[in-house]
Amino acid sequence: MARITMREAISQALWEEMERDPDVFIMGQEVGVWGGTYAVTKGFYDHFGPRRVRDTPISESAIVGAAIGSALTGLRPVAELMTINFAFVAMDHIVNEAAKIHYMFGGQMVLPLVIRTVGGGGRQLGATHSQTPDAIFAHFPGLKVVSPGTPADAKGLLKAAIRSQDPVMFIEHATLYQMRGEVPEGDYVVPIGKSIVQRPGRDVTIVTYSKMLEVSLKAADKLSQEGIEAEIVDLRTLRPLGMEPVIESFKKTNRAVVVEEGWPSYGIGAEISSRIYEQAFDYVDAPVKRVAQKEVPLPYNRTLEQMAIPNAEDIIAAVKEVL
Amino acid sequence: MEKTEYLDLYHQMVVIRRLEESAAELYQSGKIGGFLHLYVGQEAVSTGLISARRPEDRVITAYRDHGVAINVGISANQVMAELLGKATGISKGKGGSMHMADVTKNFWGGHAIVGAHLPLAAGLALGDAYRDQKAVTICMFGDGATNIGFFHEALNLSKVWNLPVVWVCENNKYGMGTTIDRASAVSEIRRKADGYEMKNQVVDGMDLLAVRETALQVFDEVRNGSGPQFLEIETYRFRGHSMGDPERYRQQEEVKQWQENDPIGIYHQHLIKDGIATEEELQQVVKDAEAVVKASVAFAESSPEPAPEELFTDIYMEE
Repeated sequence: MARITMREAISQALWEEMERDPDVFIMGQEVGVWGGTYAVTKGFYDHFGPRRVRDTPISESAIVGAAIGSALTGLRPVAELMTINFAFVAMDHIVNEAAKIHYMFGGQMVLPLVIRTVGGGGRQLGATHSQTPDAIFAHFPGLKVVSPGTPADAKGLLKAAIRSQDPVMFIEHATLYQMRGEVPEGDYVVPIGKSIVQRPGRDVTIVTYSKMLEVSLKAADKLSQEGIEAEIVDLRTLRPLGMEPVIESFKKTNRAVVVEEGWPSYGIGAEISSRIYEQAFDYVDAPVKRVAQKEVPLPYNRTLEQMAIPNAEDIIAAVKEVL
Repeated sequence: MEKTEYLDLYHQMVVIRRLEESAAELYQSGKIGGFLHLYVGQEAVSTGLISARRPEDRVITAYRDHGVAINVGISANQVMAELLGKATGISKGKGGSMHMADVTKNFWGGHAIVGAHLPLAAGLALGDAYRDQKAVTICMFGDGATNIGFFHEALNLSKVWNLPVVWVCENNKYGMGTTIDRASAVSEIRRKADGYEMKNQVVDGMDLLAVRETALQVFDEVRNGSGPQFLEIETYRFRGHSMGDPERYRQQEEVKQWQENDPIGIYHQHLIKDGIATEEELQQVVKDAEAVVKASVAFAESSPEPAPEELFTDIYMEE
């Protein structure tokens, strides 16, 4: 196993899948000659050529729409939306076409589509470029929504997404590309829809994913110094949601904090806590606590922005409230 | 064309006309729900276009899709059953009027968000271009769709990537109830294709053979690498936008004028005048078509409802 960055892990998954299957191709803004705005596809254009590494105009509807059309012909497009904030421009194609096309025509059409995109705040990009609207996409039956928090999962889940016969939104985090971790070499596939315990513990369950996994792990280390052992469940996939490890952990700890970077209203935390109450009410020793972004458009100013995004101290405080 | 082919095109147009008229009745009696957009008056457009395609050529259209469904060879039974929401419908009763498709016949729907299928069409064509397959994607849409962003993104991308698409605007003069001059800065729709340096022309959509001949030529050019082209086909819908249309926006006199210019009548005249068929033969075709539609109503009405478990199937390929 090699210790590589999230960027390298994603790049590796793409490269290997393109080598493995000639039907896999990439399209999006600056994926080719530029090498990807986050340098994920650096070197791809020279190696795979313009047919398989396709630079597009700034036309998000056309990017997602044409990716859908090509997927219907049996190709396996990985369409890149430079950031998830631009996915709103392509919203119709994501929710009205991709999410529905298999069902609406009675199962005739098959859509092996991946939309790779990047979300999250913390880089002083202002309100329109810093959002974490993952829950919106997870709302729609027919879509699969994946968001890894480690380099290994990024590689394994992206491979699973590319091989999937269903449309998958693959949401990366803008501040995780430099994160390093052990990543299995070669054909490493992580199944979609499976949550996992990333850190064992006995006192409280922290449910989280993506960037907030890293923050939650930090919080858990500090809590450990005070003798509090938090168990961290990483969702990895937001739809279909794998609740089993969450419920199993909660039945052991009887207390939970759900941590997400997006806003709490109608969000991931709301969904998880509701399911905990529905599926494990008899085990509840304290109200499930949500840690999430402050309900404001993210400001540019660094201090203000950091105030709005959940940090380890917020998580520690929430854990102490439920204990 | 052989005589049988001429007669078959006549048959297709009459099936569409009668099927739409039956659908209107079934809608009024409450057996068809939702929205129902009829193709009456526009039959020569899809009949002409699709008669000119090869099996490997793909077709995709908007929500006014019953005519295309018949032309690509979906049976009247399956179309009518879909309208009634039955299990035997072409989309298993899950799609309805606006969402018919048959991928085995290279018909990719039936899309109900105005203009949204245009980027999909670019993608279908990309699929063929990617694999160096000589096939054309025929994408049909109304004049109203030329004012939405999807249209412009799709035309631009198709030109930039030199995709084998034929963009077909069925100009029926109204986007719902709004005339072109009230909705579009450019009244001559085909000129919008000029903005993308795309070859374009206007065709009389009431004349099946004119549509067919133009389509044959254009499909051939696009198949052989001309890049995307644009057809504006002038037509008219004899009925309202949908069944709920009070039609306050147009004069009965205008509707009557167009109806006298009926595409089925024009084609009928042509077949007689050129000595291709006799009145008796055409009468027989009409009778056969009427029988097909009548049988489709019986088939649809006697077909089963979808099973309750169908509610939860086809959401994902892999659970």
